[in-house]
Amino acid sequence: MPTVAPLDLTGHCITACWLGDVPHFALADGVVHRLDHGHKTAEAHDGLLAAEPALDGKSVITGGEDGRVCAVAADGSITELGNAGRKWVSAVAAGPNGAVAWTVGRSAFVRLPDGKVREFQHQRTAEDIAFAPKGMRIAIARYNGATLHFPATEGKPTELEWAGAHTGITFSPDGQYLITSMQENALHGWKLADGRDMRMSGYPAKVKSLSWGPKGRWLASSGAPAAIVWPFQGKDGPMGKAPLELGTRGDAMVTAVAFHPTDEVVAIGYVDGMVLAARCADQKEVLLRRPGKGAVTSMAWDNAGRRVAFGTEAGDCGVIDISA
Amino acid sequence: MSEAAAPNTAPLPVTVLTGYLGSGKTTLLNRILSEDHGKRYAVIVNEFGEIGIDNDLIVESDEEIYEMNNGCVCCTVRGDLIRTVEGLMRRPGRFDAILVETTGLADPAPVAQTFFMDDDVRSKTRLDAVVALVDAKHLPLRLKDSKEAEDQIAFADVVVLNKTDLVSAEELAQVEATVRAINPSARIHKTERSGVELAEVLNRGAFDLKRALENDPHFLDADDHDHDHHDHDGHDHDHHHHASDIHDVTVQSISLRAGEMDPKKFFPWIEKTTQMDGPNILRLKGIIALKDDPERYVVQGVHMILEGDHQRAWKDGEKHESRLVLIGRDLDTERLKRTFEACQA
Repeated sequence: MPTVAPLDLTGHCITACWLGDVPHFALADGVVHRLDHGHKTAEAHDGLLAAEPALDGKSVITGGEDGRVCAVAADGSITELGNAGRKWVSAVAAGPNGAVAWTVGRSAFVRLPDGKVREFQHQRTAEDIAFAPKGMRIAIARYNGATLHFPATEGKPTELEWAGAHTGITFSPDGQYLITSMQENALHGWKLADGRDMRMSGYPAKVKSLSWGPKGRWLASSGAPAAIVWPFQGKDGPMGKAPLELGTRGDAMVTAVAFHPTDEVVAIGYVDGMVLAARCADQKEVLLRRPGKGAVTSMAWDNAGRRVAFGTEAGDCGVIDISA
Repeated sequence: MSEAAAPNTAPLPVTVLTGYLGSGKTTLLNRILSEDHGKRYAVIVNEFGEIGIDNDLIVESDEEIYEMNNGCVCCTVRGDLIRTVEGLMRRPGRFDAILVETTGLADPAPVAQTFFMDDDVRSKTRLDAVVALVDAKHLPLRLKDSKEAEDQIAFADVVVLNKTDLVSAEELAQVEATVRAINPSARIHKTERSGVELAEVLNRGAFDLKRALENDPHFLDADDHDHDHHDHDGHDHDHHHHASDIHDVTVQSISLRAGEMDPKKFFPWIEKTTQMDGPNILRLKGIIALKDDPERYVVQGVHMILEGDHQRAWKDGEKHESRLVLIGRDLDTERLKRTFEACQA
């Protein structure tokens, strides 16, 4: 039976993640909480808007309403990586070799591994930012498409066009696909090799959470009363294929999804705080957490795939241990 | 610790402040931020620049108009507002209301539509009122050189006719008549130096027709346009009949009246009308008497977006009458009147 160790906080959890064995919870008030031999905190911002764990697992990269971009280390020490003055830092991304990227209004900034910061201006707001899994490449979600840059070189950006507002962005783990979530309850994708479009629509709500399965074989998404899981095994991705619907509940929307690191199992968080795990192969479900105070906003598995850290809109966070 | 952060708190009111450069928007904004009116406002501005007040609840936001991918050209939202309102609402309890300042040239429709079209924004906030500041001295010039100045007035629930000290009584009457011609149902406040009572601007519940009707039962009464008696100066009541004398006004308002409606005819009609004429309709407000329905039905719309709901039971002896006001451009009055009346039961 899975056991839940609750961590009752006050406020909206932006990101739940792991640094090594220590679960971290970045809250909208700017405090990053961690459970490291007891409950500890680090006050990173006056208002936190985005947080992502660094790829080396040694810090959480945060962006705030105070215009700062910070790295919150495992010991709680805070290093400021960038400062946009009074403007909001609305998205952050962690890249290879310690690279960090963030967005401020219409600009995207990349702090390269050598500490040099470059700015990339766009015509429209940079809604979200992501690093490609290999090589120093970033993608920006924007109105009417996405823009790709190689921030370490002086090349021209690559523009991918698709009408509508793109608000979230992610590369597939093999770097073959770029997927955006859109204002109008749909995902859009491009196969980067040939620029082919993929439309993934039919969601009753906006997609706010995306998670790639092991080896990039699946892409799970929120935005429906089930986790919508698109198959990416074939050479054309999900084109012409129907997605799996896992953890279907008639009365509650899925608000967060997180794939297990090695097994084809998705943790599914709902608007009422419930968390289920469902397996792609046979759609079998296990209850991980009963409904709580608010919608699940973020979830992450530890490296071993034994524990899930989760955060909610209402602050009732915690860690689910499935090995017990 | 207080029991804060309840996720299901009541929607926060949002006031939208429009007005041309020089109309006194910044002065009003500064008053809202500095005066003691018992409410804390989060303010979304385009530039910090002119606001001389340091306040961490002032957020700068690049005006970002997004067309929705639904084939409807007038379905636009302010993408930056979606993100900013969402961010603000993650830390509730810091403020009681939100104020959105638009740039001088802004079209107010995308701002208003954001509060209808985005589910997240809609679930956490409600549009309280669109307030337009108008420079009494320069309005005639503005109307000559821009469509936006007119749109802002047409769209407003509250019009603050400012800088009245810079014009003669005659000019003021003319400007007021122009505002009335563009928008017969807005409340008008005449002021100097943006000196309007803040209570007349904030937390009005003016955008939502149901609340507007609760606050002012005569709202939409076609024969009583000057329903606002709070700051009435005792000038003549029929100046709006001179609307046809006013130049440079392209917005028209159409008042339709009929008896009880057949819901099987009325709903398809209003759907079709907003589909067809939506791009030309700036605002639409109405109270509909549906046949065999014990309650009054209210409808309101912005371009193609339409909302309707029951308001309250008809009172004993109250005349079961349907009224609809459309504010827009290039509307075919004759056709609208004829087809509206054809929906009668």
